[in-house]
Amino acid sequence: MSKEKAFYFFTSIGNYTGEKAQSLEEFLEKVKQIDVKSLEFHLYRGDFERWIREVLGIKELAEKMDEIQKLNLKGETLRTLIYETGSRYLKNYRV
Amino acid sequence: MKIRSGKVFLDDLDKKILEILRDNARLTYTAIGEKLGVAHSTVYERIRRLEENGVIKRYTTVIDVEKLGFKPTVAMVTIHTDPKESENIARKLAKKRNVLEVLISLSEELLVIARVIAEDQEKLHSFIANYVAPLPGVLRIRTSIITRKIKELDYVSSSII
Repeated sequence: MSKEKAFYFFTSIGNYTGEKAQSLEEFLEKVKQIDVKSLEFHLYRGDFERWIREVLGIKELAEKMDEIQKLNLKGETLRTLIYETGSRYLKNYRV
Repeated sequence: MKIRSGKVFLDDLDKKILEILRDNARLTYTAIGEKLGVAHSTVYERIRRLEENGVIKRYTTVIDVEKLGFKPTVAMVTIHTDPKESENIARKLAKKRNVLEVLISLSEELLVIARVIAEDQEKLHSFIANYVAPLPGVLRIRTSIITRKIKELDYVSSSII
């Protein structure tokens, strides 16, 4: 995946953490350790859903992200849910 | 004005002419001469020499964009860089029309600082996320959105000439 299509983690508008992901596996690794503010920022803007759908092309996981967004969770609970949802997908569907 | 070893030295009349021009560069030589009590030919000659020697670089137009119904978001974007790439990053940013100013600072870390203008916060974020962050050598970015402007100079003050 090209750098232009990578997911760049921000904590707020314009504030880049220096972390990026170029695959789902890398994305989940970053989710484990990134500032939780970044997860909240991107999830509620719909950025995860859009990137997973449009760049990774994984519709089912994108829909899961949309469902998580509706739960209005924050902090470590949110981190755990995003991580576990993504990991479950990888475990079940990885070729 | 005198030139010694390639350096330009201005006298009081030159400085006063510059002071008047920076407020209104469209004043006639006669009007400037009247303000300063000198002949218009003197003003003409002084301005010609200031232009020829590059002290006056250009005459420009300051547009009040808010009068055009445009309320832009302006931000100072501080980019922490890999020292090997900072020059490239600064040059690439300088080519973008929405980047008003690009500076390099060598403090504890090498930083590229850019003043960026955008239609709104979303467009500012999009520019940083899609153009700045992917540039090779960008380590981290801190963005400060300007909420109030207390003073702005678009010229070098005569107080430091």
